[in-house]
Amino acid sequence: MSSPKSLFQQPASSFLSRDEAKTLTDRILGFSKADETRVSIRSGWAGNTRYAGGQVTTSGDTSNTTVNIQCTVGKKRASATTNVLDDESLRRTADLAVRLARLSPDDPELMPELGPQTYANISNYFENTANLSPEQRAAAAKKSIETAEGVWKGANASGALFMAGFLDAEAGATIVANNKGLFAYHRSSSVRLSNTARTPDGTGSGWAGSNARDWSLIDPAFLGRRASTKAVSSRNPVAVEPGLYTVVLEPEAASQLIGQVSGALNARSAEEGRNAFSQRGANGGTKLGLKVFDERVTFYSDPADPNILGDPFDAEGFPQGRNVWIENGLLKQLQYDRFWAQKKGVQANSGGGGGRGGGGGGRGGNVRMMPGTKSLEQLIAECERGILCTHFFYTNVLDPRSMMLTGITRDGTFLIEKGKVTKPVKNFRFNQSIVQMLNSIEEIGKSDGASPAPPMRVKDFNFASLSDAV
Amino acid sequence: MAPTRRDFVKASTLAAAATIAGPQLLKADKPRVIARSTEIYADDLVLEALSAAKDAGAQYADARIGRYRRQSLNTREHQITGVSDAESYGIGIRTLVDGSWGFAATANMTKDSVVKCARNAVRLSRAAKSTQRRPVELAPTTPVKGTWITPIKRDPIDVPIEEKVALLFATNEAALKVPSIRFCTSGLQLLREVKTLGTTEGTLITQTFIRSEASFSVTAAGNGTTESYSEELPPRSQGWEYIEELNLPGHAAEWAQVAVEKLTAKTVEPGRFDLILQPTNLWLTIHESIGHPTELDRAMGFEANFAGTSFVNPPEKMINKLQYGKPLMNIQGDRTQDHSVGLCAWDDEGVPADKWLIIEKGIFKEYQTTREQASWVAPLTGTKHSHGCSYADSWDSVQFQRMPNVSLLPAEKDISLNDIVSATDRGIMIRNRGSWSIDHQRYNFSFSGQAFYEIKGGKVGGMLKDVAYQAVTPVFWNSMDMIGGKSSYWMGGTFSDGKGEPSQSNSISHGCPPARFRDVNIINTGRNV
Repeated sequence: MSSPKSLFQQPASSFLSRDEAKTLTDRILGFSKADETRVSIRSGWAGNTRYAGGQVTTSGDTSNTTVNIQCTVGKKRASATTNVLDDESLRRTADLAVRLARLSPDDPELMPELGPQTYANISNYFENTANLSPEQRAAAAKKSIETAEGVWKGANASGALFMAGFLDAEAGATIVANNKGLFAYHRSSSVRLSNTARTPDGTGSGWAGSNARDWSLIDPAFLGRRASTKAVSSRNPVAVEPGLYTVVLEPEAASQLIGQVSGALNARSAEEGRNAFSQRGANGGTKLGLKVFDERVTFYSDPADPNILGDPFDAEGFPQGRNVWIENGLLKQLQYDRFWAQKKGVQANSGGGGGRGGGGGGRGGNVRMMPGTKSLEQLIAECERGILCTHFFYTNVLDPRSMMLTGITRDGTFLIEKGKVTKPVKNFRFNQSIVQMLNSIEEIGKSDGASPAPPMRVKDFNFASLSDAV
Repeated sequence: MAPTRRDFVKASTLAAAATIAGPQLLKADKPRVIARSTEIYADDLVLEALSAAKDAGAQYADARIGRYRRQSLNTREHQITGVSDAESYGIGIRTLVDGSWGFAATANMTKDSVVKCARNAVRLSRAAKSTQRRPVELAPTTPVKGTWITPIKRDPIDVPIEEKVALLFATNEAALKVPSIRFCTSGLQLLREVKTLGTTEGTLITQTFIRSEASFSVTAAGNGTTESYSEELPPRSQGWEYIEELNLPGHAAEWAQVAVEKLTAKTVEPGRFDLILQPTNLWLTIHESIGHPTELDRAMGFEANFAGTSFVNPPEKMINKLQYGKPLMNIQGDRTQDHSVGLCAWDDEGVPADKWLIIEKGIFKEYQTTREQASWVAPLTGTKHSHGCSYADSWDSVQFQRMPNVSLLPAEKDISLNDIVSATDRGIMIRNRGSWSIDHQRYNFSFSGQAFYEIKGGKVGGMLKDVAYQAVTPVFWNSMDMIGGKSSYWMGGTFSDGKGEPSQSNSISHGCPPARFRDVNIINTGRNV
């Protein structure tokens, strides 16, 4: 069944329009008796389809609008949240926030709410994602499943390949408004699809996944084929002695590790001696201006970058722009929230590591590592002996000061010999410093367009023990 | 047109002569906690949803309205570091059309919106049908009507925030008085959830859940180092009276003292030791190495793309065959246990709370199941009904198989922790949970703790540090040769067990006595870091 469309019609995934959001935030601001009030709203739709055993197992469409009211009384600040949008509930929530604020001690780091701001015009909302129907999602699942099963049949193997996966789309608006005249509205969409293929003998498993703002960039057949190909070739893995290996990290594996870098960009944490960009032994000193990584390593954030397409403002409505954090291995700048910037006499910036953002801002999700030019296949072809990693499981920080992580390889771990993937190997637990890893780079590869990190080949990666899990 | 509540009650009474009033847990004499909307309104919306789903072609549907109020308060020394108070309200509708599930949820609680939402759920069912290979079959359950509320004395959400802050500050103050204590954090997590579930089979129930949890952690400095200690304060299905019973200010100094003692603990020599695990440590090991691998959906691969699968697979080779441990090992799944956070009268499919043995005398017997899953293993177990493990963490989450309380039953004889220590010549005793890591098939694991004690010649010796035990699940459980009796039994638990895509959080408790494990591999974590 189809219905006529017009420019003014809300999509199937309905959420607050700019006008509706303005009306709602004005209403809430009117209820607040605080000195300063900030209203943050997420209004959106999410549609998911989950599958296992080759069929859809659960799927869901949900819509919701959640309002957070943050109140400041003198130097005290607190917030409360609700999704019940009648006047009584909103008034109760605003009153509760004021009451909680009054109870709180003075916040010596409190910054006043921002006045009106100007934001970059970033388009990361795609109708085809926002309107991704249950039928389209089921068809995509089927495409992944059938393509994967085709690979399995082609391998002339017995039994049935087990396919599981997840498709998750969302679209909605993020709104920040306050009683100083700031009103920020931005709509965005995102979608991700991942597949895991397991062989019937239980010895092989393969994973492939991707994410985008725009549904047309996701290829379910490709992701089914890739997961299945990995499952087929990972059967009957052999045990290889743990130790130091050259590794080729696929984009997903590399991205799971480099997230640590974005967290360490927080200026305050670095100046307080708590992270990898702190100078050891020097009180308040950081490694700003020093070489921290291999000279081919550059980290930047830019919501307008077509490969990032982030939001133009942060949680307090502060505009986000382009920032180069690490350039050719040198630590160029750290991320200062408004309070810390004022204290240190520098300009506040945003978009780097997770900072307080002067009261709740600072997102770390937009930091990206600059890619190289070689393909993943070339990284493998130029490897004399190493381990190819698809992705990791249970990755946990052991020591933030050296960015030391632990985790387990999963769903496709292979031995590379003389430039060729020769055999599947049993999964490993690793204990690895990311600082050391980004100083041990052999090659940085081409971006896959979706992951924050490109594939890379690094030497002396520390596998500590074996895991029997497949 | 949708039927009225009266029509529905009349029709379902006629149709379901066997309707029961509810399990023995029903507390009819307790006051009802109904958030702002009246219960009749919730019932009416549920009935509208069910009617709309049937009209749209669903052979089965359930509708679940949830109103959640979550409050958390965190402090550090003399400051509040975070206060959050969140309310969430909405309806989730699940439909079965020709054996395929659909689900839709909305926070817009008008009749028109709910009807639209029900139709959308049916549309999702039809879309899923296009991929169907095995239709869903629901195990039978008797429709139920009733209400239930967590037995409490004082609703923790209603306790004034001032009283909560005062309690935490008094706790921190007491800890900071202990010499060498530098930092102290404490917190409260409180929940009130009112949930109404109706099904097209005639079930119509409202349950009110109250859960409370406190947290406490201290850091001591001295001897050229710092050491932290977190007390294991489990969440409970109880009201504010539980928080008061914990007597945080009264115990804070004693807990702080453990951190101080850790400053002079000697680093462990790695090797093989007999291990005595106190219940405050063992509950998490039960959760990870027994709770998760005996989830039937994991075993069947439903979590393969996310949390992983299970080594307890395939069912035909495991049920009545897998020797998980020695005959002294009995593991019970149980959603009827008093004060446990998995406690309910009915699950999110209206199945009465169940209690059964997952492992009996060391042999694996039964998985955790929902109505959809029961038939998958019924020929092997003879159990045709669901074990009542269906749960959704919010009105906008679809219900699926989640862990009930999974507990190690105590020994018949009243053996104490002291008896176990006395019987152990060379070992290590571990208190509270530390870091943990387990692989995606729940086979190889590594667990640490908060405080470690050397056991020598049947006596507790000095304190150790940098201890973790690493083992393979069945080998580990088969090495358990001594467990405590009823009086040594204690229940731990968590509010935040993650599973599923989109990820959902489940609350569960795990009870156990202290237990001894022979010849376990101990590593020194200090060297690894």
